[in-house]
Amino acid sequence: MHICTVVPISKTIGANRIVPAIGIPYPLGDPTKSPAQSEKIRRELVERGLTALQTPVTGQTVFE
Amino acid sequence: MKLELGKIYIKDVQFAEKTYVENGTLYVCKEDIEKLVLEDERLAGARVDLARPGESVRISPVKDVIEPRVKVEGDGAVFPGVIGKVGQVGEGRTHALVGAAVITCGRIVGFQEGVIDMSGPTAKYTPFSKTNNVCVVIEPADGIETHDYEAAGRMAGLKTAVYIAEAARCLAPDEIVTYETKPLLEQIAQYPSLPKIGYVHMLQSQGLLHDTYYYGVDAKKFIPTIMYPTEIMDGAIVSGNCVAPCDKVTTFHHLNNPVIEDLYKHHGKDLNFVGVILTNENVFLADKERHSDMVAKLAGYLGLDGLLITEEGYGNPDTDLMMNCKKVTQAGVKVVIITDEFPGRDGKSYSLADAVPEADTMVSCGQGNLIVHFPPMDKLIGTMDYVESQIGGYSGCMYEDGSFDAELQIIIASTIANGYNKLAARTY
Amino acid sequence: MGKYKIVHYINNFFSGAGGEEAAGMRPEIHEGPMGPGLALAEAFGEEFEIAATAVCGDNYFGENLEDAAAELIGMIRPYKPDLFIAGPAFNAGRYGVACGTICKEVEKALGIPVLTGMYEENPGVDMFRKDLIVIKTKNSAAGMRKAVPVFKRLGEKLVKGREILGPDMEGYLERGIRVNYFAEKRGSERAIELLLKKCRGEECQTEYPMPEFDRVEPAAPVTDLAHTKIAIVTSGGIVPQGNPDHIESSSATKYGIYSIKGMDRMDKKDFMTVHGGYDRAFVTEDPNLVVPLDVLRKLEKEGVIGELAGYFISTTGTGTATGNAKAFGRDFVGKLKEDGIGAVILTST
Repeated sequence: MHICTVVPISKTIGANRIVPAIGIPYPLGDPTKSPAQSEKIRRELVERGLTALQTPVTGQTVFE
Repeated sequence: MKLELGKIYIKDVQFAEKTYVENGTLYVCKEDIEKLVLEDERLAGARVDLARPGESVRISPVKDVIEPRVKVEGDGAVFPGVIGKVGQVGEGRTHALVGAAVITCGRIVGFQEGVIDMSGPTAKYTPFSKTNNVCVVIEPADGIETHDYEAAGRMAGLKTAVYIAEAARCLAPDEIVTYETKPLLEQIAQYPSLPKIGYVHMLQSQGLLHDTYYYGVDAKKFIPTIMYPTEIMDGAIVSGNCVAPCDKVTTFHHLNNPVIEDLYKHHGKDLNFVGVILTNENVFLADKERHSDMVAKLAGYLGLDGLLITEEGYGNPDTDLMMNCKKVTQAGVKVVIITDEFPGRDGKSYSLADAVPEADTMVSCGQGNLIVHFPPMDKLIGTMDYVESQIGGYSGCMYEDGSFDAELQIIIASTIANGYNKLAARTY
Repeated sequence: MGKYKIVHYINNFFSGAGGEEAAGMRPEIHEGPMGPGLALAEAFGEEFEIAATAVCGDNYFGENLEDAAAELIGMIRPYKPDLFIAGPAFNAGRYGVACGTICKEVEKALGIPVLTGMYEENPGVDMFRKDLIVIKTKNSAAGMRKAVPVFKRLGEKLVKGREILGPDMEGYLERGIRVNYFAEKRGSERAIELLLKKCRGEECQTEYPMPEFDRVEPAAPVTDLAHTKIAIVTSGGIVPQGNPDHIESSSATKYGIYSIKGMDRMDKKDFMTVHGGYDRAFVTEDPNLVVPLDVLRKLEKEGVIGELAGYFISTTGTGTATGNAKAFGRDFVGKLKEDGIGAVILTST
């Protein structure tokens, strides 16, 4: 499962389970917010990634 | 807008008591420049050195290169919103010291500063082995933060260039070239039978250390807009970039944008050069989507038949390039993209990080991963302390005699992705 | 000065041993040229000699790839050849694979230039074109006469270290290697000329056809997350302070495996990023933005995931050749399997 900002590259390169991240300089979290909020965002992304890992897919799938 | 560019050809550079031009030689006052640069308290040291074509000189790490230009007629000043006051530029007359360049270098800002060799086997890869260079070696003040240092370095180069360019104000140019693009409706009416061609200029804008400025505005903060091509020749766009040296669009390359220059050569002959769409390369996917939508919208709005797209940098900007190409093509406009390639040292991997079927016509600016050898030079301007960690360098690439090996991408503007050079790649 | 020595490889059929019935024959070595080698020997002339001809049955080679290659190399080595030629295999599939394999092995073991030849639809072409110079031949042995001078010209260039030009000029099959050259006109002018052609509806030749990227079948989903061991892999360039493995800031040629045992979060005192493709300021302050150790550790303690691997694997993504990236993956997947990793979270900047 691939957590990344630039979903089109992930698709081009062939990842099958894709979770869109926040931004290139900070994919997991948002340092412009408080540390607690940033971690909450990170946790949500990781949890979405874990959901993706447990979901059967037949082709490239983006978990928005 | 109509701009006369008065070119004063410089064939040599020398130190002197004051700064002036005589018989094609640029004389510069070292002390004046050093004093000017050190007015900035973010800098602790400034030393000026000269490098001429053919000399056994290596300059590294190079941050930016700037051609000295001065506005002699018309509104505004060169580098509006950055050095000059904010004001509309692109009209009137501007003088340029063609063949001279200001180079900022010194202790590294990012990993992304590059090398210029004035002679030897690697000189042919950079346009700045052929210019007469005034190098400003800067030293940061203690404890200065990286982004402040970048800004200080950027300003040091621009200030020096503007100072030197004053020497060109009252000279009679060796050549005057006139560039003109009229307001859209008039421009289309002028050559009704020629294809209407535009240019999508993608500015690097990935955040601090990867920034470009348009009239002083940080390019990541604007949405795509339309520009008269002549604005760029007066310094409307300034580089603040520490991207990979090989495809760094230096301020010199903005002033001398090859796509704009060559489109003007064809203007009125076999095409009608209608204008420039300026866009950026941001770090959020929503920005990439929104801004490529807008580029396609503007291309349609201008009624273009075809356009060229250039990018700065590689990796994720390839996605911006591909999104622009795809959406503009889908809007019914013919597209040719210009970019450079990174297929690995053996040249066997994919050249781009992203690809779409619409990108069926591409011009290559060469592959940047090729390993080249840099022999020792008699003189070094700057420092070699960082070669191994500079982009293109690697652990163990330095030899005791001062020579080193590195990927071509360590050379400033060697594979610049706007078609400035003749370097290209083909498949073997 | 002595002659340049060539060792030539052919299969059962071309050695005259027979067709399918002889395809099981074991490696042999014969002094001097044989079969198609006679024409090669003549073309290469006085300066060269075919010192020996190695022969092996296609089936034997195919069924015993490693042993056959090792055995053949053992036979070839004593001749101390300057050049190795295999085939040409024309359109014979098994023979093509054998030629490609033995060329690669000889190049690796003896460090000498190697050459082979095939018809472009031979399955051996796609397997070896990136690694070898494969001379373009017709689909049957009738094409030998035309292929011989090409072998001679390229073989001589290789032995004498002269520059090999492009596939069309030299007569070999395109290898897919991007090579620099200086064009007559600069890129911007070439692009304008192409655009005008495109606008007129004329044919316009791209300088780089867009590649088709590899695809892999999606893996089966994780069914028991609470008992699955998870590892983090990243292309975000996160490394221990000081970058002990000297991972490049761009165009990485290596990756690192770094311990996170006993750590609850990525501390900026321990880790940094060397990635040259983005503003590092945020990640320098908080490496968890790329390697989400803090939340994964919590999820581990909460029992949501079974276990977090004691390390993460890291490289720099920017400018890194897909070939390198593929090799990294191939290299570390064994360790992941050995360590019982059931799922990987891959993060990119």
